[in-house]
Amino acid sequence: MIARLHDKKTITMGPLVTNGIISENLNLFLAFIIGIGFGFVLEQSGFSSSRKLAGIFYGYDTVVLKVFFTGAITCMLGLLFFSLFGWIDLSLVYINPTYLTSAIVGGIIMGAGFIIGGYCPGTSFCGAAIGKLDGLIFVGGLFIGVLIFGLGYKLWEGLYMAKNLGSPKISSVLGLSDGIFALLLILAALAMFWAAEWAEKKFPREEY
Amino acid sequence: MTDTKEIKKTKYLNPYVGGVLLGLVLLSANFIAGRGLGASGAIKSVVVTTMTTVAPSSAANSGFVKEFRQSHEGNPMKTWLVFEMLGVLVGGFLSGAVAGRLKLKVEHSPKITSRKRLILALTGGVLFGFGSQLGRGCTSGAALSGMAVLSLGGFITMMAIFGTAFALAYFFRKNWI
Repeated sequence: MIARLHDKKTITMGPLVTNGIISENLNLFLAFIIGIGFGFVLEQSGFSSSRKLAGIFYGYDTVVLKVFFTGAITCMLGLLFFSLFGWIDLSLVYINPTYLTSAIVGGIIMGAGFIIGGYCPGTSFCGAAIGKLDGLIFVGGLFIGVLIFGLGYKLWEGLYMAKNLGSPKISSVLGLSDGIFALLLILAALAMFWAAEWAEKKFPREEY
Repeated sequence: MTDTKEIKKTKYLNPYVGGVLLGLVLLSANFIAGRGLGASGAIKSVVVTTMTTVAPSSAANSGFVKEFRQSHEGNPMKTWLVFEMLGVLVGGFLSGAVAGRLKLKVEHSPKITSRKRLILALTGGVLFGFGSQLGRGCTSGAALSGMAVLSLGGFITMMAIFGTAFALAYFFRKNWI
């Protein structure tokens, strides 16, 4: 009985593409559909407005924090439960590798880009999609920035490849189970949401 | 005060509802394709295509192009992220159409000119584009998707992005408030 259940699991398990359940072309089509959902949700949440996005850094609008953390936690819990139910093989899900130096330096440069430009890549596409010219120009800037990285690759290859730690999970690094880490992250997020609601009351502003 | 707040809540989707929906989109990407969402990777495809089209011989020797080729065979535009980002443009447009937000404009604080806003947007874009390559992904690919699969790097990049933006916020406040 157990063996049969196990067999059934391995047949119906995600990820669908990696397990050969759907074809590569269908995967690309579904990427387009998923993208539509991604863009729609971002725009509906107000991520097409740079002034709304920048609000998180001044406390007048904390939508970025709320949507971002709720999104990450929803997916994280979904994956943990899917794995528990045997619906997905987490060992086949891509875990972003950790190159310590470039993760930090890249993040710092992106943070500067965020406060100066008011967008991140995904949201600038959303802004451009509804006619925000600043969003469109930001997308142009992205192209130039990636091109500079590509053309000067040799100059920063050392930095880019430094301190490769493989693909560790933050839970294992901290010596916690995935479930306990998830619980702590949810509690931290709830504390941040509480602070965010407080900040929005303290620094009220008309919405953009 | 209460009135303003009520108007505020009706303009956009409730952020927690938006977050759950975003999480479900991200979950479906992981369930279907075994990978998270992204944005800057699509730009990388465009840049690789541009480099190989404009200067094929130097592109062939470029470490950047080689690194991309290791994980992407065939046409660099036929990637998951390129199709996903085309979807983002369509999804964003549809949402804007439904909400009546389709309008050509430069959004900026009344304290700065449109011209200054566009220069800042371009500068920010260049920095974000460069940083996203160094950091192996942007807010979507590295931070959001990385956090959802508990990647250590995802959390580090997220903290570096938001920490830096918070730290610099004071110096750029006139552009926003």
